[in-house]
Amino acid sequence: MTALEVLRPGPLALLQDAGRPGLAALGITASGAFDRAAFRAGAALLGNHPAGSDAAIEVTLGGLAVRAVGGPAQVALTGAPVPATVGGLAAPHGRAFALAEGDELSLGTPPRGVRSYLSVRGGLLAEPEFGSRSRDLLAHLGPPPLRAGDRLEIGPPPSWQPAADSVLPPDFPAVLDVLPGPRPDWLADPGALARGWEVSPQSNRVGVRLLGEPLRWAATRLGTELPSEPVVRGGIQVPPGGLPVLFGPDHPTTGGYPVVGVIADPDRLAQLRPGDQLTLRWA
Amino acid sequence: MPGLLPCGPDAVLVEPADPAQLPGLTDALTSGRVDGVVEVVPAARTVLARFASPSALDAGRPALRQLLATVPAAIPAPDPSRVVEVAVSYDGPDLAEVGRLTGLGSAGVVAAHTATPWRVAFGGFAPGFAYLTGGDPRLRVPRRAEPRQAVPAGAVGLAGEFSGIYPRPSPGGWQLIGRTTAALWDAGRQPPALLAPGRWVRFVAVAG
Repeated sequence: MTALEVLRPGPLALLQDAGRPGLAALGITASGAFDRAAFRAGAALLGNHPAGSDAAIEVTLGGLAVRAVGGPAQVALTGAPVPATVGGLAAPHGRAFALAEGDELSLGTPPRGVRSYLSVRGGLLAEPEFGSRSRDLLAHLGPPPLRAGDRLEIGPPPSWQPAADSVLPPDFPAVLDVLPGPRPDWLADPGALARGWEVSPQSNRVGVRLLGEPLRWAATRLGTELPSEPVVRGGIQVPPGGLPVLFGPDHPTTGGYPVVGVIADPDRLAQLRPGDQLTLRWA
Repeated sequence: MPGLLPCGPDAVLVEPADPAQLPGLTDALTSGRVDGVVEVVPAARTVLARFASPSALDAGRPALRQLLATVPAAIPAPDPSRVVEVAVSYDGPDLAEVGRLTGLGSAGVVAAHTATPWRVAFGGFAPGFAYLTGGDPRLRVPRRAEPRQAVPAGAVGLAGEFSGIYPRPSPGGWQLIGRTTAALWDAGRQPPALLAPGRWVRFVAVAG
């Protein structure tokens, strides 16, 4: 049985697939690949299941090294471009390539962005939880983060052919559009959201936190509580302290602080690095 | 439109003026009364309707408006076919305190908790957890001033207007009046959650 053996995981490497949507009423958040476009691109390059049920490795800030054992593997790297070598030779980004049995694929650190996806034709196998192999870092569901020595078996070849020969790397936009959310009236000045912010190091799959001039709540809302209500991926939540949290895939299913807007393209949040400058703009 | 709050490109947060509309709205949305809705998430004063796509949301908005305007504001009566019995050993660490706060005494608290069915209002915070409402109003007690670091799985508690059962060990501030060994989550069952929205719970006192 062909497998990928993890030689080193890098700062954080997780199995991710399309997640487990549809269970929020039971307290389970959708999770899944943070940069969904990059994950889907990897699946398209390899002819993996178009619904995203074939799991890939979500690599955070590079550093991952794996070896193909028990046979060859067809793989692809998408998401944040990252220096990658196989046996000392440069491996391509955004197109499928082969690992022969015994080949070691080693990733450096991406110069921009955060998350890269190592997809394998046939997907990586692990025990699913609630129908998905995605790791939910908030609820601790799904296979645990990868460690050196882990052997990830590769699933049987899928019945699709690749849908693309090559894919472009993601955009790293400096400006993100914001769509209307349910509670802009909780801010004294909702327009103030549309300005420059800095990405905080306290950011992860649960949410990207922003640093900057705090947003004041409306005077009538100060000291009041919002009954907990469902929140969505990309939701911009403003706690009383005034620094926004932009929800990622592992967001809690409900929250008691107002969501004032929703990021139009939440996949872009996956590539925001601490220190990045980001401008929000009402669409 | 009042009552329909935008929530991104493919979801709407429904907030009826009268919260008593929520059970009816949730039931209607869950049973497919609005085309294109792929997920319904109820909460204390709102219910989220997530659509298959932005265009499905646009197409479904009129039906959603119609629903909000016409669903009756009525707490549903217990449906006998949807009542689950939960056996509880009433020996929780806060039972005496709740007895004191309510003036009912421990035995009175047990009697009130088991006398009438509780409705599964909505879930959240952990798989298998549900906020139960509609029980004896004399049992409304505040949360503990100091939350516990570790509430055991199966603990049965009270907080405000709600009762609930902790499905797994976690920190918690609810007043614990008992414990149950009921399987709150069974991946092989349909639905997997015992306390699924739309169900009712009848607590039954058993010896510890």
